[in-house]
Amino acid sequence: MEVEAAKLIGAGIAAVPLAGAGVGLGLIFGNFLAGAFRNPSAAAANQQTMLLAFALTEFTGLLGFVIAMIILYAF
Amino acid sequence: MILPRPGSAKGTDAMIGSMIEGLRTPSFQAAGPMEQFEVLPIIPLTLGNIDVSFTNSSLWMVIGVGLVIAFFFAATSRRALIPGRLQSVAEILHEFVANLVRDTIGHDGKKFFPYVFTLFIFILVANYLGLIPSVPGSAHQFHVFTTTSHIIVTFALALLTIGIVVVYGFAKNGLKFLKLFAPSGLPFALYFLIVPIEIISFLSRPISLGVRLFANMLAGHIILKLFAMFVTMLLAAPFAFKALAIAPFAGSVAIFFLELLVAALQAYVFAILTCIYLSDAAHAADH
Amino acid sequence: MLPSLVLFAAESAEGAEKAGLPQLDSSTWPSQLFWLALTFGVLYWLMSTYFLPRIGAALEERRDRIADDLDKAAEGRRMAEEAEAEYSRSLADARAKAQAIAAQTRDEVSTEVSTMQKEAEESLAEKTEAAETRIRDMKASAAAKVREAAADTTRAIVEALIKESPVDSVVAAAVAKAAGKA
Repeated sequence: MEVEAAKLIGAGIAAVPLAGAGVGLGLIFGNFLAGAFRNPSAAAANQQTMLLAFALTEFTGLLGFVIAMIILYAF
Repeated sequence: MILPRPGSAKGTDAMIGSMIEGLRTPSFQAAGPMEQFEVLPIIPLTLGNIDVSFTNSSLWMVIGVGLVIAFFFAATSRRALIPGRLQSVAEILHEFVANLVRDTIGHDGKKFFPYVFTLFIFILVANYLGLIPSVPGSAHQFHVFTTTSHIIVTFALALLTIGIVVVYGFAKNGLKFLKLFAPSGLPFALYFLIVPIEIISFLSRPISLGVRLFANMLAGHIILKLFAMFVTMLLAAPFAFKALAIAPFAGSVAIFFLELLVAALQAYVFAILTCIYLSDAAHAADH
Repeated sequence: MLPSLVLFAAESAEGAEKAGLPQLDSSTWPSQLFWLALTFGVLYWLMSTYFLPRIGAALEERRDRIADDLDKAAEGRRMAEEAEAEYSRSLADARAKAQAIAAQTRDEVSTEVSTMQKEAEESLAEKTEAAETRIRDMKASAAAKVREAAADTTRAIVEALIKESPVDSVVAAAVAKAAGKA
């Protein structure tokens, strides 16, 4: 049962990167909006880059999530 | 919250105890958050020694591809000068992906357009089909299944993309494709640092490409399932606890809309990353 | 209550743990890969050989048609512009012709008028001159007659006074003197 407890704790710790991903996503969208309000004509051209950055950043958080899932279910 | 005997700690404990006992019934136990990802054979098949059973995963791949084919068949059957509704949708999709490929890869992208388009449509349809709620009471193997929630599927698609990148990169640039790992115009000493980083970054591409889609689908469906579980758990609870079910229900609706966005976004991201990697292969010698 | 629910979730997770993560169950991988290859391959084949060329052709056809129609419209516009230029040119021509005719007529008329005016002026001047000559003659003769009458009167007065007829030249000088005084 101690192993079970350790697994649950480990899974919880593995979910911590989600905080970083959240900060990163906030930065991406916030900076995109700040730029878009300053220069609305250039916003459309950069939307693709923004979505790409979103996906790349989100991946960092999801990696933590996957690790949590693996700890919980795969071991 | 109205309790049956206010102030009685013993009463509350007993109530929660009975509630949790109720949740231990087999119908709840069977439906863990991972149940939706189980691959169950429908028609057992073997090819040589390999098990290639027609599973629920295969069923939903066939349904997805079948829907796409049916749609495009209907959309392109008339090929009118003034497009109808279906033809307009097909043309918008065509233009969308064509613009993506043209903007990212450039002139060389034309021959990859069918691949990127197929990839985009396949992932998009698989993601969206997975969001359809299952028919209540249907057999487990006929539950709605998200084919892209399996790492092997997404990883195979990612490896296919990277395989095409490598083959095309060497075919087009010869050994100059290796310049991808050593961009010119750097101080010599920096190459000792840059080359390993570039190689690791290249090797991690199929992993990140495949795991991104897989993890997004997995996380989304687990969260949806957990919220749905909370709804059924609270509805099974006695008395006024049932009213609490509205909170996770609202949550699951919100998550569902987020997942609608994520399903399209991940298909788009997979397509655009494929385009960027192919563009690297096409222009490796220019670096 | 919430801790109990979390406990339950954890317990159900433990329950599912026996099956493990379905995604990592490698016994299902060959089947998934096989059907993925099959369905994706069929979709790719149909897309690349049939659907996408058809949609591309339809788009191309429409683009060509629109370009064609635009060309036609430009041609029509060019023709309309030409016709308008032709029309305005002939209009300008007609206007110029009309102006020329008007100017010519005006010139002719004014020449005629001026000729007639000149003639009339000339005849008028002749008549005036003749009349003036006549008046001058009449004036001169009248003056001569007055002088004569004055001289006669003077002679008659002198004869009546001194019974002697004066010499003509003296009378004339006296009359001239008187006329000069008057």
